[in-house]
Order: sequence, then structure tokens, then C-alpha cells
Amino acid sequence: MSEQVQHGEHEHHIVSPKVYVIVFFALLVGTAATVWASYVDLGLWNPIIALAIACTKATLVVLFFMHVKYSTKLTKLTVAAGIFMFLTLVSMTLADYISRAWGNW
Amino acid sequence: MPDSTQIAHGASADAHSEQPPYLRHHFESTEQQADAAGFAMWLFLLTEVMFFGGLFTAYLIYRNWYYPAFVAASHQLNVFWGTLNTVVLISSSFTMAMGVWCAETRRKSGLVLCLILTFIMGLGFLGIKSIEYREKIEKHHVPGFHYSMQSFLDPASDPEVFKEYHDKPLAPDMAVHTELYFSLYFLMTGMHALHMIIGIGILGFMIYRAQVGAYTSGHTTFVMNFGLYWHFVDIIWIYLFALLYLISRHQ
Repeated sequence: MSEQVQHGEHEHHIVSPKVYVIVFFALLVGTAATVWASYVDLGLWNPIIALAIACTKATLVVLFFMHVKYSTKLTKLTVAAGIFMFLTLVSMTLADYISRAWGNW
Repeated sequence: MPDSTQIAHGASADAHSEQPPYLRHHFESTEQQADAAGFAMWLFLLTEVMFFGGLFTAYLIYRNWYYPAFVAASHQLNVFWGTLNTVVLISSSFTMAMGVWCAETRRKSGLVLCLILTFIMGLGFLGIKSIEYREKIEKHHVPGFHYSMQSFLDPASDPEVFKEYHDKPLAPDMAVHTELYFSLYFLMTGMHALHMIIGIGILGFMIYRAQVGAYTSGHTTFVMNFGLYWHFVDIIWIYLFALLYLISRHQ
């Protein structure tokens, strides 16, 4: 398509292989780190660290492999709305389960 | 926003004044068409987030209720196979991303190679998963009439797992709930595997289409959107790996 014409923010951005390679290695490092951390007994922190690393990896995939960093505001808003909706539903469900027998134990 | 695109597009229109054949008449420009397709794909992925989100939430709640059973049952999973599968899937995501780049820069043989590599690694993932499933079947850890709690009532009877974790025996009323862990395990990894199988099928179709140059003449929407799907399946596995294999190694 039109090579490097000034198209404002709408110009289609081709992510370079260099970015893909860097993200790929970051994901491999993240995988190694999360497996290593699972072998260390950190008590309550084990699931927190595992999920934090998983979220970091997922963010890298969404931003670079899925091009969200370079996409339109509409796409960014869609992705953000999806994550927000997911977190809302999960936290409301958990709040229900936690509070249902409140005071009865 | 569409106006500015149209103007900018018009300014460079002399290079390709005829409209490409793949531009549908109800779109003003190929950019608008591509944006609309990408937006629609993301809406589909949001329904997938809600679908898997329900499974993840169920897992979270039951793990809190029957914590000892879920810890003991998760010790049956093999971290080596899980890690290997994570690496295979991340690599396939990388080759898919490179495939998208090849399509965008119109490299036909590069695209075909990337799609074939992604296809092979997708099959590799399913192969490794089947090794794990086979182990569960042999140990009667598939929920149903033949389910066996032996490994949890008497951990020493399962020496391979016992020498690594030294689990204490579970009371029978808690050991019952290990079946629930495996129900969720098979449901979540099974739904993930189904997505992989569908993806591999579409990849086969795309390899055929890519060879005749369908995606390297400017119309990359199909490859782009399939890439989004494949990366999404990768993300689901990243969370499954952490939640099923890694978080319960210590009590």
C-alpha cells in the first residue's frame, strides 16, 4: 500500500520483524522466569508472581503481536472495554461468593 | 477521521487510481475496510474472553473452596510438558506474527513458510497435550465412572508424583473434589485444544490459498485476523499454564 505518505494517525503501521524477535525473546524469558519462580516456595506470593508474569506476557502479545499499540483508537477502546468488562464480572462474582455467608461462619 | 483518510488517500491516489478488486463498494477506502474487519475480529475475541472468563472464574472459586484437593490434583500435572508446550505455542505465535509481516510486505514464499511452521507447531502442541491426556487416562484421572481417587487417598501409591511433592493423604470427603479439578482441567484445556484444532484447520486452508498468492497482493485482512485469533489462543494458554500447572506447587 501507499509507502510512507503522511496519513495522520490512521496510516497502517507495519510492525518490523525486529520488534517481533525482541517480543519473542521477552516471552521466552518470561516463561523461564515463571517456571523458575514456581519452584521457589514464596507462600502467598507464588500465585501473585505467576499471574503477574502471565499478565506481562499477555500484554506484550496484545500490544505487539496483535498490533494494538499501532492500531486505531477504536480498537484500543474495544480491547480496554473487554478487559474492563472481564475484570468487573470476575470481581462482582467473587464479591458475591465472599459476602453471601457474611457473618454466618 | 474517515474524511482525513479519504483526503490523504486521494492525494496519493494517482499511483493506484483504480480501486483494488477486493474493496467492497460500501467502504470508502481499503484502510476503512481493514479497520472495520479488525474491529469486528476484536468484537469476536471479546466474546471469547467472556467464554473463557467464565471457566477461569469457576476454577478460581472452586480452588478456594476445595483448596487441598486442587493442590494435590494439580501435582499430577507435569511441569516439563507444560513448559515445553508453552514454548511451542509462543514460537508458533512468533512465526504467525512473521507471517503477517510477510503478507504485509508481499513475500509469498516467506508467508507460506511461516504458515507451515505455525501449522507444524500447532500440531506439535496437540501431540504433547495428547501425551499428557494419555497419562491421565491411564491413571483413571478422567472424571466419570472410572475415576480413581487412589493417588490422593494414598499418595505413596503414586511414586512418581510422591517423590517430588510428598503430599499427605487427603480425607475421602476432600479427595472427592479432585475430580472437580480434573473436570475443569479437561474442560479448559479441551476447549483450548478445540480452538487449536479449528485454528490448524484454517491454517491448512490458508497455506493452500497463500501458495496461489491470495494474501500477497495487498489484501491481508484474512491473515491479519487469523493472526489475532492465533495470538488470542496463545494468551489463553499463558493463563492456563500459570493457573493449572504453576500456582499450586507449594502448599
